[in-house]
Parts: sequence; C-alpha cells; structure tokens
Amino acid sequence: MSHDPHAHANGHGHHAEAPHGSLRDYATGFLLSVVLTAIPFWLVMERPFSAGVTAAIIVAFAVVQIVVHMIFFLHMSPKAEGGWTMTSLVFTIIVVMIMLAGSLWVMHHLNTNMMPMPHDPSQLP
Amino acid sequence: MSTTVLPASAGPAETFYDFDEHPHPEGHSTMLGFWIYLMSDCLIFAILFACYAVLGGNFAAGPGPKDLFDLNLVAVNTAMLLFSSITYGFAMLAMQQDRLRATQLWLVVTGLFGAAFLSIELYEFHHMIAEGATPQRSAFLSAFFTLVGTHGLHVTFGIVWLVTLLAQLARHGLIQANKRRLMCLSLFWHFLDVIWIGVFTFVYLMGMLR
Repeated sequence: MSHDPHAHANGHGHHAEAPHGSLRDYATGFLLSVVLTAIPFWLVMERPFSAGVTAAIIVAFAVVQIVVHMIFFLHMSPKAEGGWTMTSLVFTIIVVMIMLAGSLWVMHHLNTNMMPMPHDPSQLP
Repeated sequence: MSTTVLPASAGPAETFYDFDEHPHPEGHSTMLGFWIYLMSDCLIFAILFACYAVLGGNFAAGPGPKDLFDLNLVAVNTAMLLFSSITYGFAMLAMQQDRLRATQLWLVVTGLFGAAFLSIELYEFHHMIAEGATPQRSAFLSAFFTLVGTHGLHVTFGIVWLVTLLAQLARHGLIQANKRRLMCLSLFWHFLDVIWIGVFTFVYLMGMLR
C-alpha cells in the first residue's frame, strides 16, 4: 500500500480517491432496484410460470440487483482503494461459493444416502 | 589495500535513515479496513444462508413457509429498506456539499425507515411465535429465525450507530472525522440492503415456491 502512487496526494486532508456517488447514480440505482424487486414479487404472487422457471428468474433478478447495489450504492469500482476492495470482494465471493456449494452438495448426499427411518422412534428395534 | 578499504568502512556518516515518513493522514485506511470487516460479515451471512439452505426443508411436521409468510408484508418491508437506502444516499450527497441541516434531516428520515423496517419484522416474528411457530418448533424455523434475526440485529445496530452520528453531527458538525464515519455507516447500511436482497429472494420468495 505504501507504494501506492496516490498515497502522497491523499495527505492533503481530503480523500481525493474516496468513492462519491452523484444524484444520478443514486436515482438510477433506486429505479433499477424498484423494478428488479417488483418483478420477482409479482412473479411469485401471480405465478404466470411454473415453479422451476419462476425460481430461475427470481435468482437471476437477485444477482442483477446485488450488482446494481454494488455499483450505484456501494460505488464499487476496480480502481477504488488501489484495487484492494475488489480483490477482497472476489476472494469473499470465491470462499462463499465453495462453502455454499460444498454444504449443499454434501448434505444432499447425506440425505439421499440415509437409511430409511420410521417416523415413530418407538418402532426402532 | 588498507587505504581503499578505509573509506568504505568509515561509512557511518553515509548511512541513510529514512526519517521522511510517508504521510499517513488520520483515517486514511479506515474505508478499506471497514470494507474488509463487511466482507467478514458477508461470511457470517453466507454461513447462515448455507444453514437455511440445508435445513430449510425440515419442517418436523410443523408449519412451512406457505403457512407462515405474508408476501405483502415482506414487500412493504423490502420497500422500507430500499427507501432507507436512497434517503441515506441523499444524506451522503448533502454531506458532500457540506450542508449540515440537510444531512441531518436525511439521516433522520433514514433512521425512521429503518425503524419502520424493524417494527414490521418484529410484528411478523411476534405473529409467528404467537401461532406456535417458535425457533424451537423445527429446524426450518431455527434456521429462519437465526438468519432473519441476525439481519434484523444488524439493522438495529445500524440505527444505534446512526443516532450516535446524529449526536456527533449536532456537536461537531461536518468535520473530516464525522464525514469518514458517515461514509462507513453508508457502506454498512447499503450492505445490509444487499443482504436483504438475498433474504427476500431465497427465504421468502423461494419459500413460497417450495
């Protein structure tokens, strides 16, 4: 970090590199979020499609909305803080993906390979 | 020989110490540090989401999502959090223009939306518990209350932080330290909204499809 060429420029009291949003950013982010929230709710309440298709669509909308929030509200950019915020974000996403996929995979196999159990425990030998 | 060695060994006068420190203005690394805290918070939520994904189908012959969730209420709740996000954005814009009164006003509005969100969530929890759907009832309900409750706890502490900053602003105005604190809370607040996207999609909407 000390080799950051901006380090000297930052020493003058104000944070030149701090990410700032404009009114346009916030308004765009808000409008996109409203649309990206309203459509999934409408799809689940009215159910014009089958459950599988609806699930795929609402997950896609959630991912897009998270990206919208990151860009317009959290002001993420590959250049912020010399790229360290983006690096830590990518690292976190990788860890989260491994953990989520691994948990679901392992637990699914545990469930399907379990011995069938009677519902009443007193029936056990 | 010795004459050539001497100048090199009599070197102490030439030893170079870098007394000229690189400037480290107060709080220059706060934003990055706070971001890394948020990433660790992200891992907490990821674990709770994984628990919910694994346990969310184990109802123990108890009530399921369709018996418990009211999507209209969740939609209103989502709107509250989204409104609080945009009003915090307005507070940040006012802060950038050094308008103290406007910053305080938008922060108060944000706090009110946050409080409305919490009230609706507590009403929902109270309603569920009154119907017998307590965290002890099934693995699904344990995972549900832990995940949504942790998010609600984060919002609670966000509001406590917001009130603290309002007191700081009233006392010291828009000094550099307060601006930095407001920017940290901005990250925190918008981050909670990002987590809520995951909650309403995977817990509530997917729950109704199950």
